[in-house]
Amino acid sequence: MNIDSIKNGYVIDHIKAGNAMKIYQILNLNRLDCQVAIITNAKSKKTGTKDIIKIDKNIDIDLETLGFIDHNITVNIVKDDKIVEKRKLDLPETVVNVARCNNPRCITSIEKYLDHIFVLTDKENEIYRCKYCEMSLKNKD
Amino acid sequence: MKHLIDIKDLSVEEIDDLIEVAKDIINHKEKYSHKCDGKKLATLFFEPSTRTRLSFEAAMMELGGNVIGFSEASSSSVAKGETVSDTIRVVGCYSDIIAMRHPKEGAPYVASIKSEVPIINAGDGGHNHPTQTLTDLLTIKCEKGRLDNLNIGLCGDLKFGRTVHSLITAMSRYKNIKFFLISPDELSLPEYIKRDVLEKNNIEYVETKNIEQYMKDLDILYMTRVQKERFFNEEDYVRLKDYYILNKLKLKKAKKDLCIMHPLPRVNEISTDVDDDPRACYFKQARYGKYIRMALILKLLEVK
Ligand SMILES: [Zn+2]
Repeated sequence: MNIDSIKNGYVIDHIKAGNAMKIYQILNLNRLDCQVAIITNAKSKKTGTKDIIKIDKNIDIDLETLGFIDHNITVNIVKDDKIVEKRKLDLPETVVNVARCNNPRCITSIEKYLDHIFVLTDKENEIYRCKYCEMSLKNKD
Repeated sequence: MKHLIDIKDLSVEEIDDLIEVAKDIINHKEKYSHKCDGKKLATLFFEPSTRTRLSFEAAMMELGGNVIGFSEASSSSVAKGETVSDTIRVVGCYSDIIAMRHPKEGAPYVASIKSEVPIINAGDGGHNHPTQTLTDLLTIKCEKGRLDNLNIGLCGDLKFGRTVHSLITAMSRYKNIKFFLISPDELSLPEYIKRDVLEKNNIEYVETKNIEQYMKDLDILYMTRVQKERFFNEEDYVRLKDYYILNKLKLKKAKKDLCIMHPLPRVNEISTDVDDDPRACYFKQARYGKYIRMALILKLLEVK
């Protein structure tokens, strides 16, 4: 399968297989006017299969949000047909309005104007807790 | 310290400082009776808790201050749909300090973000209740003379009991503490507290279903109530509520200077035949609660 290589933009690589559409939506890639290629179930030496997203434009990518979703993702920055930088992602200390708190006893369940804020409380086990009620985010999906 | 939302916000030094002030209040009550003349405490209880509210109000009155507020949400503007943030900003115009209880977890934190006056969390759902923990610490300090080198038994609902979780967190910062966790499997201490608090701080602990097994080793026995509202089905509640009842007989092997505590109200976890035992500290504990709240109000109002 051939996908046009990109001139200037990004190759978001090593996405956990099946997560590409979610990232497409969270990063609002549907609003772009450039070419965006989504490749699912590509072969990966490390994990067997992976997803890849190619964006043919220099846009602002929210690396913190991306790191929160999956910090194993690599972001390759492409300039003039060449990969000029490979960015590894970190787990961000806090994320705002990316995930929602599902605790029915949390203040965010009744006060709708509040931002949904999650704080990294345990880096080793990748545990995020709600800033308000401290409920852990079990499943980032 | 501007607000008190979570016991974890306080350093060991700040807690020690509050305990020292509380002890001084106990010993020299007259010295403090006009410290808050002309000041107002607002008690905003979005859910009723008569005991906690009265403790705060008595504390402010004993400092010479006044009290305004409401005792349930149905009689307040909340019933009309006002946000916590708005209520707090308005009440802040009428008062110098606010003690707030709310059924939703994190509400006092939300309140503190926009508040001009100090906020004290007087309980937010099953989440935090820092003045209960301060009360427990003052009780232990006054009754045992120390906060380190203690064998602490915690009995009853260790799963949902927030007072237990906060006490474990607070006591884990002192040296040579050992916990004895006494509960049925269904109500045992959550894994994340064992991992994030006990194991992380290398705190020794044992789990048992038998209240008498370690009785002879305990310096403190903290009893808790099994709360109906924490259960999803009636059957589980009925089955577990009477699992542990402390009575005179079970205390046979206990140390002479054991300190029996309970956050109150009790249902039947402690038989009334224990009440006259000199080791029963739970009513004294309520009194200590008032003194530590007096110390906290002074601290937050920066009254010397
Ligand atoms: Zn929450």
